[in-house]
Amino acid sequence: MATLEIRDLHVSVADGAEGTKEILRGVDLTVKAGETHAIMGPNGSGKSTLAYAVAGHPKYEVTSGAVTLDGEDVLAMSVDERARAGLFLAMQYPVEVPGVSVSNFLRSAMTAVRGEAPKLREFSKELKTAMENLAIDPAFAQRSLNEGFSGGEKKRHEILQLELLKPKVAVLDETDSGLDVDALKVVSEGVNRFGASGETGVLLITHYTRILRYVKPDFVHVFAGGRVVADGGPELADELENEGYEKYAKAGAAL
Amino acid sequence: MGLDSRPLSTLHEKASYEVADFEVPTGREEEWRFTPLRRLRGLHNGTAEADGKVIVEVEAAPEAAVETVGRDDARLGRAYEPADRVSAQAWASFSQATVVTVPKEAVASAPTVLRLRGEDASAAAYGHTTVILEPFAQATVVLVHRGSATYADNVEFVVGDGAALSVISLQDWADDAVHVSHQHARLGRDARFTSHNVTLGGDLVRVSPTVSYGAPGGDATLYGVYFADGGQHLEHRLLVDHTVPNCRSRVDYRGALQDEGAHAVWIGDVIIRAEAEGTDTYELNRNLVLTDGTRVDSVPNLEILTGEVVGAGHASASGRLDDEHLFYLQARGIPFDQARRMVVRGFLGQLIERIEVDEVREKVREAIEAELDR
Repeated sequence: MATLEIRDLHVSVADGAEGTKEILRGVDLTVKAGETHAIMGPNGSGKSTLAYAVAGHPKYEVTSGAVTLDGEDVLAMSVDERARAGLFLAMQYPVEVPGVSVSNFLRSAMTAVRGEAPKLREFSKELKTAMENLAIDPAFAQRSLNEGFSGGEKKRHEILQLELLKPKVAVLDETDSGLDVDALKVVSEGVNRFGASGETGVLLITHYTRILRYVKPDFVHVFAGGRVVADGGPELADELENEGYEKYAKAGAAL
Repeated sequence: MGLDSRPLSTLHEKASYEVADFEVPTGREEEWRFTPLRRLRGLHNGTAEADGKVIVEVEAAPEAAVETVGRDDARLGRAYEPADRVSAQAWASFSQATVVTVPKEAVASAPTVLRLRGEDASAAAYGHTTVILEPFAQATVVLVHRGSATYADNVEFVVGDGAALSVISLQDWADDAVHVSHQHARLGRDARFTSHNVTLGGDLVRVSPTVSYGAPGGDATLYGVYFADGGQHLEHRLLVDHTVPNCRSRVDYRGALQDEGAHAVWIGDVIIRAEAEGTDTYELNRNLVLTDGTRVDSVPNLEILTGEVVGAGHASASGRLDDEHLFYLQARGIPFDQARRMVVRGFLGQLIERIEVDEVREKVREAIEAELDR
């Protein structure tokens, strides 16, 4: 059973010539198989930093704390090792990679994560089904990765990767931002399909409660000032919907 | 042409068949300042011994006529007059030339391949090639340069009215080769010209692809791919001279560099003269720097002497592999080295996939893989 454990995580980024700036200030979080966690918080609270630090982006320096996946030390792994160990980050702003086709990229990623190349015919079939589920035009397979994709197309393509790579724990960084309601439903269905096995965990980072109508969280955490300042169930999301982040923003600032 | 319609740049004003009309370059001249003259083995100053050998073998399309001719053949040098001293030296020194002719309205059913093989780099060899497409002819010509040589040559492409010529020139020399080449295309009315320069091997390779238009409606597309390894100097100097109305040109050159002393030079000159109204031009150069110790000089020059253009632009960008690209691929489990290869392949592959001859395209792909294995 998959368990992602984050313990007292402190993360800094380079800040001009002067030195570093601490963004995360002691994050504790445990995501187990079958659970969906929502992290909500105001802009600049460090939500995305948490996602990128867990995935291993070189810009973020972990200064202390621990991250483990099923007891394995994630922080000791390279970016690609983390992905092969079963971590997935759906990015808020997926980059365009000219000349690398979607199809080539997906097959390379599946080969890396599964440890063997999927047979070409099975790969085509699997890809076709997954694309249909997300209402992605099959012609996308031949296009350059993310190049010229609309915001909504990029997000659907992230969820396509999620469904094909089948990680143990998925971190979704504001996958809902910039989506119209139809695209939001399609993307949410994809996330729900991924979570349906009960063997995977989802950590959904969002600024808005809107996506939580389609992806039901078991736990809601409020993020402010670089740490979790409140935990609760789905009712906490309703409270945020009505009252906003104001009181938590102050709590974060006071830390 | 009145004084006020002359381009400010005098770089391309001079042309002569006489070596003596050009000063021996010192390295301070604009057109020589990036080239390490010492490594030219005397091609530029008359000290090169002229008993080197570059053998030409031709595999011609059935529709094309190929002849080996002497210096006095009247078809030689009609489209192009040497523009610098090495080019004039090559014109003065070659003993035999290759002439490829595709007759009027003939459509070549296969590429015509010229294999140039150098046998020895210790002495200089000189060559001349003229490709003539008569009106409405269509053909593809492939030039493959291999082996060891110290070689200077001029290549003329005469593309007749309504004709279409596609050229692929592969510079795949051995490590000790020096090659200085001028490739000039002269386009007739509504003629189309596409060229791919792929420069991979050689100690010093300097190719100057130039285009002129004799009548309106000409369309030239110049692609280039190069991969400079440690110590290699690979230089491409392009000139598209728009002298007549309603012609089009596109330039897209991309290169990768790795290891100490790899040096790439790209000069992209485009002149739109006062009478060339309705010109549509765009030129682009991009370089991907894979390691420390490399050097790129990328200089686009666009000189516009009329306001009546359809489009005129240029761009140049040189940089390292993008960390965000690598992070994205690695975040999907793809190991670093494979991710790096995918990004480089993708970057150059967008041009390589436009090479229309399957066999050549595959060869180029393999050669790029071999570069990445180094």
